[in-house]
Amino acid sequence: MLVTGKGGVGRTTVAAALGVLAARRGKRTVVCEVAEQERLAALFGIADVGHEERELAAGLHAVSVQPERAKEEWLRYQLKSGALAGVLGGSRLFQYLTAAAPGLSELVTIGKVWDLAQLERRTGGSVFDLAIVDAPPTGHGLAMLRAPATYANVARVGPVSRQARIIDAFLHDRNSTGVLVVALPEEMPVNETIEFERRLADELTLVVDRVVVNGVYPQRFSAQEARRLRSLDGRGSTAASAALRAALAEHERARGQRSQLRRLRRHVEAPVATLPYLFEPQLGRAQVERLANELERRL
Amino acid sequence: MIGDWLERKEVCICAGSGGVGKTTMSAAIALGMAARGKKVAVLTIDPARRLANSLGLPELGNEERRVEVDVEGELWAMMLDAKRTWDDLVEWHAPDERTRDAVLGNRVYQELSNAVAGSQEYMAMEKLHELHQERRYDVLVLDTPPTRNALDFLDAPRRLSEFIDSRSLQVFTAPSRLGLKVLGRGTGVAFSVMKRATGIELLQDLGEFFRSFGDMTDGIRDRATLVNSLLADSRTAFVLVTSPGRDAVEEAAYFHHRLMDAGLPFAGVVANRVHRAGGPSDPAELAELLGETLARKVQRTYEEERRLALRDRENLAKLRRRLGRKSMIEVPHLHDDVHDLDGLRQIDEYLFS
Repeated sequence: MLVTGKGGVGRTTVAAALGVLAARRGKRTVVCEVAEQERLAALFGIADVGHEERELAAGLHAVSVQPERAKEEWLRYQLKSGALAGVLGGSRLFQYLTAAAPGLSELVTIGKVWDLAQLERRTGGSVFDLAIVDAPPTGHGLAMLRAPATYANVARVGPVSRQARIIDAFLHDRNSTGVLVVALPEEMPVNETIEFERRLADELTLVVDRVVVNGVYPQRFSAQEARRLRSLDGRGSTAASAALRAALAEHERARGQRSQLRRLRRHVEAPVATLPYLFEPQLGRAQVERLANELERRL
Repeated sequence: MIGDWLERKEVCICAGSGGVGKTTMSAAIALGMAARGKKVAVLTIDPARRLANSLGLPELGNEERRVEVDVEGELWAMMLDAKRTWDDLVEWHAPDERTRDAVLGNRVYQELSNAVAGSQEYMAMEKLHELHQERRYDVLVLDTPPTRNALDFLDAPRRLSEFIDSRSLQVFTAPSRLGLKVLGRGTGVAFSVMKRATGIELLQDLGEFFRSFGDMTDGIRDRATLVNSLLADSRTAFVLVTSPGRDAVEEAAYFHHRLMDAGLPFAGVVANRVHRAGGPSDPAELAELLGETLARKVQRTYEEERRLALRDRENLAKLRRRLGRKSMIEVPHLHDDVHDLDGLRQIDEYLFS
């Protein structure tokens, strides 16, 4: 399950909540970060996740894919020899080539993700029922999903091409791979989600399975109550009138959000689920659990 | 305020992590400078077309377009097409038509220059440099790409010069003795192992690509050096955009540190979407004013807002301490999300007052 979305919409949080939910349902799950940002670690209150799979809770694992390490693993697998891989990995020529070949780190990253989802792991790690990928933001996410097809075409024949084709086919098999887009109920994230779905279909013939709209404000006040608040504007003490203004501002934001949500629903094919805004100074494990509860009800 | 930061500056680079409102701020800064009589161009390379959005335009092209807006100066906007800029660069630097056609027609080039996100960072810098050279604008505002690592683009020119270093290309094209000497022992073995790992065709295509590319390396490398010096120029200003959340603030502090380390001209931080609230309200007073039910809801909403305001204040205070005497501008969390010219004007008040 690939989780993407515009920067700052809460991809990591949603990926983590999905992971918690899947593990609860008895699936051996691994959540993979690919951006080397270690945000999962902060969410789960641990120092760091790292390139090796690490258990966060019963049935829930995490891994932070490092392209350099993924490249080494790929070489070792491709050459069936650690010694040869060592020769190559240590050679300056190879360093130059891989630094120069754009998109290679995207390819080895998606390759690692693919491996995590296999019943027979190439790298010999443990087997998972579900790999949830905290993928790069939409623009880079597309580049990552495109990398296997690009390399399959560039290399035409040979091991790179063969491997890339297998991964590409896996991504295109709807029984194996799902794409979930996280959005916020705001103009730009909504536009980006609509455009992402269209480009995913046009350029990669892939389908968005689900859109999750994060950070939806509660609709607390009726139109009548809002009118009442407006009519009292400026009354009472400084604090009371600040409270009135805050309530009205949030009412307006919530209304704006609803209209963006309606627009999103009109323009995307995929079903749309929502998650509430959590008024918490900092998100941690408890909040991830709460979002998992919400997802459980809505997915 | 931001007027002071950009005094005598010709280039403003907006940087920060994804989702903090970089695109919106770039557009607001550009509009603000145009409103103050400058001829401004704002550049974005975002594949998701967000700038057009911020400017209330349906679509932007690879050429600058004048934004229809009533200001004293002029506002232009463009969205960079990385592939087109690559092609232009090849045309510009190819010593002859044959080389040009060889590169443009090479399959590796066609696939990679188009498909891959990595080259965009460099292309943004390249276009910035080109426009700066042409001197058609008073101020250029660059909205940096939402790279996974917000700092990637700083390294882009250096990485490109390393990549096209002709000594390394020589080895690709012909693993001659000279090449082996340059790259160290073991290269011959590595080369044959590499054939096994990648397939011979890929190597041949890459070899051909690098061979024709090799003829242009000097020009492109010189250009990358120039782009690098533009970043460090005293006429350039880096503006960091951040949201007041913990992750974004930490990234901004780190970014600031990197800029200072690299000796790049850091101007200040714009903190976007900052929650603000006053002191605690009195439930009894609210109840009297609104009745029990409504008062409870208002009270709850206000308390939530106050918690976020408190968090923002703490996070930003931390960032301020890290910045030392450098300044910070706060833009409050507005009622509407900003995506058109009216919204940008609303931000103007905070950026420029």
